[in-house]
Amino acid sequence: MTKIHVTTTVNGDETEFLCDPRETLLDVLRDRLNLTGAKEGCGTGDCGACSVTMEGRLVCSCLVLGAEAEGKDIATVEGIADGDTLHPLQRKFIEHAALQCGICTPGILVAAKSLLEKNPDPSETEVRYWLAGNLCRCTGYDKIIRAVMDAATEMREAS
Amino acid sequence: MSVSKPLPHDAARLHVTGSARYVDDIPSPAGTLHLAFGQSPIAKGRITAMNLDAVKAAPGVVAVMTADDLPFTNDVSPSIHDEPLLSDGTVNYVGQPVFLVIANSHLAARKAATLGQVDYVEETPILTVDEAMAADSRFEEGPRIYEKGDAETAIDAAPRQIDATFEIGGQEHFYLEGQAAMAVPNEGGDMLVHSSTQHPTEIQHKVAEALGVPMHGVRVETRRMGGGFGGKESQGNALAVSCAVAARLTGRACKMRYDRDDDMVITGKRHEFRITYRVGFDDDGRVQGVSFKHYTRCGWAQDLSLPVADRAMLHSDNAYLLPNARIESHRLKTNTQSATAYRGFGGPQGMVGIERVMDHIAHDLGLDAVEVRKRNYYAAKADASGQKDNSTPYGMQVEDFELHGMTERLMETSDYAARKAAIEKWNAENPIVKKGIAFAPVKFGISFTLTHLNQAGALVHVYQDGSVHLNHGGTEMGQGLFQKVAQVAASRFGIPLDLVKITATDTAKVPNTSATAASSGSDLNGMAVKAACDTVRDRMADFLAERHQAEVSDVAFSDGHVEVGEARYTFQEAAAMAYQGRISLSATGFYKTPKIEWDRIKGRGRPFFYFAYGASITEVAIDTLTGENRILRTDILHDAGASLNPALDIGQVEGGYVQGAGWLTTEELVWDNQGRLRTHAPSTYKIPACSDRPDVFNVALWDEQNREDTIYRSKAVGEPPFMLGISAWLALSNAVSACGNAYPAIDAPATAEEVWAGVRRVRDGI
Ligand code: FES
Ligand code: FES
Repeated sequence: MTKIHVTTTVNGDETEFLCDPRETLLDVLRDRLNLTGAKEGCGTGDCGACSVTMEGRLVCSCLVLGAEAEGKDIATVEGIADGDTLHPLQRKFIEHAALQCGICTPGILVAAKSLLEKNPDPSETEVRYWLAGNLCRCTGYDKIIRAVMDAATEMREAS
Repeated sequence: MSVSKPLPHDAARLHVTGSARYVDDIPSPAGTLHLAFGQSPIAKGRITAMNLDAVKAAPGVVAVMTADDLPFTNDVSPSIHDEPLLSDGTVNYVGQPVFLVIANSHLAARKAATLGQVDYVEETPILTVDEAMAADSRFEEGPRIYEKGDAETAIDAAPRQIDATFEIGGQEHFYLEGQAAMAVPNEGGDMLVHSSTQHPTEIQHKVAEALGVPMHGVRVETRRMGGGFGGKESQGNALAVSCAVAARLTGRACKMRYDRDDDMVITGKRHEFRITYRVGFDDDGRVQGVSFKHYTRCGWAQDLSLPVADRAMLHSDNAYLLPNARIESHRLKTNTQSATAYRGFGGPQGMVGIERVMDHIAHDLGLDAVEVRKRNYYAAKADASGQKDNSTPYGMQVEDFELHGMTERLMETSDYAARKAAIEKWNAENPIVKKGIAFAPVKFGISFTLTHLNQAGALVHVYQDGSVHLNHGGTEMGQGLFQKVAQVAASRFGIPLDLVKITATDTAKVPNTSATAASSGSDLNGMAVKAACDTVRDRMADFLAERHQAEVSDVAFSDGHVEVGEARYTFQEAAAMAYQGRISLSATGFYKTPKIEWDRIKGRGRPFFYFAYGASITEVAIDTLTGENRILRTDILHDAGASLNPALDIGQVEGGYVQGAGWLTTEELVWDNQGRLRTHAPSTYKIPACSDRPDVFNVALWDEQNREDTIYRSKAVGEPPFMLGISAWLALSNAVSACGNAYPAIDAPATAEEVWAGVRRVRDGI
């Protein structure tokens, strides 16, 4: 099958790739661009492990075709830290022990970051419902919510 | 000392940056092939013809294998060789692997796998408990029975009796990382296997059998899993063996991962149970005798079902001294996925049985359910004179019962009495939304019931620059085992944690390991690592003592330094000196759990080294018109002994509770009457989400140390908190009971439908 040539921006870097028209953005990121931070937990848009943002909008990359990335701005977990300096959300997830097996963590961080960009001062309920599409089988979510709330506070104070 | 510090997970920085590698993230060698299974569409039958031409001709397909193409053993069972990797001509459940597709991409393999033309003669499947009992379809020759005293006579003689039956559903593990493996052929026919497994040694064993080579020809490496929960104790065998045989055939690296739907359809889950109980008790709610029958749906192959069903029997007492008890366990063979290990390993089902009995007794007598439980508790200690019975139904004395103090503390911190009164008032005033509150204690036995599994090994190197390389047989699945064990190593050498490198579990470094299961990870591996560290440390101490003409007892390791009398070296200097002094700085360590002995046929002995305890209180609200419900508040007090790492342990407690509550509330597995699993993706199978977390969630650790001599007097914490979730199920039952006089008799899971049906039973008698 003819491959499609796609030009896009991933974490600020202009990127090109060839992909099968049926290939998902998740597969492109993982298999062609070696960005394995986004994970496949279900492949059907139900678990959030594959979360990335496209043009600033939170999407499940398993539900987006690679070809749809043409001309778009994609951000993944790999772009959250600034070099060696962790983002406050990342630091707070470590501090609060808000992860166990860690496989949901990339998706949850991408989702939480996108929430805080829209709403820097969310209530606990808003955090809980915003993250309701990101499943975590290990933690029971308590520490995740605390970490997000704490990061939001720190980011507000810093700005 | 780094033990007991609340340090984050060892790989936390890798996790938050997305750079922690799971099996599917490991860069694969050029030309790696991908695998998928062609699966049986029927629950029982014989294959009469197989035409795989369309599969072979599909784009990207390199080869297709059937049972006939397997070079050696066709088996992936962890127990009795009854589980062929690929169908041997019969099929026994919907989803059973029939042929193996090897293709150049994951998608190509999966698409081709649907193209097989296989003809079957269908037979009538055995799907339900009733069908299995009618056909006497079972594992073992008959039921196992454990007994203490004479239950039937005691029940008949008691002032009151209850007789009832209820169902407990299974549970999908839903580890967020599906099963995955990759095999890389090495020179001379050797095989390197990366596997997302809790049991690397078993993967090595099964791969070696399948390749017809000794175990030394296979090396298995596991850095981490994206969740395991028991689902990766035996269920990874099929993928690892497939990769190995395909890699042998093609000479190329082969990788296999199950898509979520395949994972749920192919792999085993928690065992479903039907439990019938007959209990005799007095007017104060004290049990005189109880008799349980467990009907356990094991699926088509034996897998780990016997020890799972045994452990259910061994937890049929939970926290209660039962003067007379009889537990009869039927292990039923059905044409469904082969049920397997799942956090608690049968313990939860057994415990739900007796908690249901306590709840029923309290309702029958109109007594407070906490009070009834306390009246039936074991005594705090075994009576030294042996006059007073404090024995389990399997004859083990309970010597470390913590629950009296824990219950009292939790009652206070949770403000139970006042809240219970407030709920009664609320229920009297509100006809539609009813509230409920319930308490559940946990007493969970720690040790593998298969006694020989209670052993572990470790390998520790100290390099000449003072850095430490640590390896042991345990696997990391998120529970923080690696960090806890590294804390032990750092403490033994008195060095900061960053000098200790934790390395992937590797069958070439530590052989003959047990699965990381039965909550045993840090108990066993912590002790083995301690032994290895102490060997190296003692050699260093001997050497330094001799050099300084001092006593060995005068050599001290702490704060990153080694002191010998007046002299003080950094640990790095001491390591360099020892190296130059030609001292071996590498050692293995070994540990086996003391005191345990167990006869599973007789049901007698001491299967457990000690017990871990917990207590929880959950408050819920239900909508009586729809059955919809929410957890409003949860209070937990959990016993982790002297915790090795309170941050990680509290994480286990919170996660365990939520997973346990999910099992008993929203997680419903539905098979249709042809044996097809209808809930095979998160779209239809509902695990708790962030929005389901209790509004108020108070978790604390009980601050007593383990009375047995475990690693720094800590207690195992992987499984026990799972059963704290039982209080959520009981709270829903309690809320339903506010609708009328009858006992709600709620099955598990208490889905919204089940709660709604319960309301109708209690309120309207239908
Ligand atoms: S993998 Fe995309 S939502 Fe689950
Ligand atoms: S930490 Fe394992 S799924 Fe969230």
